[in-house]
Amino acid sequence: MRVQDLIDAGNFKVLNQGEGLNREITGPYCCDLLSLAMGNMPAGSAWVTVMGNVNTLAVASLADAACIILAQGSTLDENALEKAKEQKITVLQTQMPIFDAALTVYRYLHA
Amino acid sequence: MKDTEDKITLFYKIPGNDFTRAGEASSNVKSKLKMMGVRPDIVRKVAIAMYEGEINMVIHASGGTIEVIISPEEIEMILKDQGPGIEDIELAMTAGYSTAPDNIRNLGFGAGMGLPNMKKYTDEMSVESQVGIGTTVTMKVKII
Repeated sequence: MRVQDLIDAGNFKVLNQGEGLNREITGPYCCDLLSLAMGNMPAGSAWVTVMGNVNTLAVASLADAACIILAQGSTLDENALEKAKEQKITVLQTQMPIFDAALTVYRYLHA
Repeated sequence: MKDTEDKITLFYKIPGNDFTRAGEASSNVKSKLKMMGVRPDIVRKVAIAMYEGEINMVIHASGGTIEVIISPEEIEMILKDQGPGIEDIELAMTAGYSTAPDNIRNLGFGAGMGLPNMKKYTDEMSVESQVGIGTTVTMKVKII
């Protein structure tokens, strides 16, 4: 499943549409501690987190996530939204808790 | 940027206590390495290790400098700061050990994984530190 397919599936609100929409999602990955995410998140992950600050964007970019999914209604602060646009990172949002959001991605991937 | 025969050196000054800019140097190195055609897995290792170092400098040392030396064989990163220094390097290298203050934890850092991640993603790493004087971290990622 590509990032674009995940957007088209309509379960997630798009906060920022970045580049790399044709990128294959390797799997969902859940973590809120940035260094743990940085050290363990596989490249191409759909990263589900509640942290929406500029550092989340930096970690997503450097660890090469396919997209960020902000769970539980978390949102990007002003700086972070600017950074997402600048770095062209796709950021999605949902009211679902982290597990449910990740499960949704997992089910799409294994449908 | 200065070039000698087959080496390229990049130099960055890291501002302290500015979390909105933390990661800019690492992002810059990442895109430069990409443009040079360095393998994506190598780029990712360098980007992760350098970002952790960059964040450490911002959190603990009021900034510092990073020199990145790119050669056909390896990428070397030298991170220097004049921060408080590390009293017990072995302890600091322990996964989960952290001295980050609460405001940093609220940003999602302070899991005590910075130095362990730097070690994990590099082929060589050394830490030299003197309390009250500063810390120098040298990391190498092999290309071949």
